[in-house]
Amino acid sequence: MGDHAVEALLRVGDSCLVLAQRLTAWCGHAPALEEDIALANIALDILGQARGLLTRTGEIEGAGRDEDALAYLRDAPDYRNVLLVEQPNGDYGHTMLRQFLFDAWAVELWPRLASSSDPVVAGIAGKAAKEAAYHVRHSSTWVVRLGDGTEESHHRMLAALDMLWPYTGEAFLDDEVDVAAAESALMPLPSSLLPAYRHRVEAVLADATLPVPPDPWWQRGGRQGSHSEHLTYLLADMQVVHRAHPGASW
Amino acid sequence: MTAATEIERAWALLAQVPDPELPAVSVVDLGIARDVQFDDGRLVVTITPTYSGCPAMREIEEDVRTLLAQRFDDVEVRTVLSPPWTTDWITEDGRRKLADAGIAPPGVRMLPLLMQGQPEACPHCGSSAVEELAGFGSTACKALWRCTSCREPFDYVKAH
Ligand SMILES: [Zn+2]
Repeated sequence: MGDHAVEALLRVGDSCLVLAQRLTAWCGHAPALEEDIALANIALDILGQARGLLTRTGEIEGAGRDEDALAYLRDAPDYRNVLLVEQPNGDYGHTMLRQFLFDAWAVELWPRLASSSDPVVAGIAGKAAKEAAYHVRHSSTWVVRLGDGTEESHHRMLAALDMLWPYTGEAFLDDEVDVAAAESALMPLPSSLLPAYRHRVEAVLADATLPVPPDPWWQRGGRQGSHSEHLTYLLADMQVVHRAHPGASW
Repeated sequence: MTAATEIERAWALLAQVPDPELPAVSVVDLGIARDVQFDDGRLVVTITPTYSGCPAMREIEEDVRTLLAQRFDDVEVRTVLSPPWTTDWITEDGRRKLADAGIAPPGVRMLPLLMQGQPEACPHCGSSAVEELAGFGSTACKALWRCTSCREPFDYVKAH
């Protein structure tokens, strides 16, 4: 394994890290106590998955970078997350829809990663698969409840879907890194997850009385390091303490 | 002292390390402490996390190391992820202690196996008339349920 493994693992690990950071912004601000607790728990799970993957990525890279170095000491162009997860939180419905569109991908990815040729990645994925199944149950319930809710909630969910939909294609677009990672059996080919993803998303949107939007030009580039401005602000927030006090411990 | 006796002693010490978030049970009851071996004179304890994001893991590692260091000169705590922990690893003793503390132990996992199952009975009154209040509870491993017989809410360790 080599560079393609590092790149491929960062794409998943960074997506988890950035989403966890987004979710933690809800802590103390969610519309109900139960939801505050739910999002904090989900963020913790996803952060744990990110930590495992980034630690492993650093080991494979062999350049002495640990999870902290990878999380706190890289700038936006070095991040490999999908653009979906760096999108701002919006209202609660918007966050839940983004979460569902992520969970529906994660719940297909992790069981496949659980048979990765890398035993550490497989171990991380074995745990994560169970967590993702629990998360998608939560987020799909909310998408249905709000989509098929009041006129106001329905319209907000329509607007959120309109905003987020163009970001849902990127995770399934294969490039040479993905092909190499699939050839070494490190990871499944991203496009191979698409049919199951579409099946789940279309079923939940139908329950939510939200029409599936037509396929747009899929926004892309995050997995290759081209990000929106949103990520820069998110990283500044996440990294500022570590960078101000390098090596601090307490 | 034979190695076997020493390992037994180590397990007995581990049984005194409570889970920081479920202090009624030990890391042995929960199946978090997975293995104890001697490796070239060094005592190696293998532990495994319950959830990816379990914030108690570092504390557990510290607690295990501190307690065992009282008796053993050279202790190493290793964390392994595979095979992943499941609630099936909670011992019968552990399940009883949880129930005694008012926390419903994990029920049978339903099909599909990824679902969380449900409590067999209310830990307060024993009624099986229970319903979920919230899928996420005070820690990653728990959900909040309530009993419709005695009306009391209770924590439920999700089948996982
Ligand atoms: Zn009761």
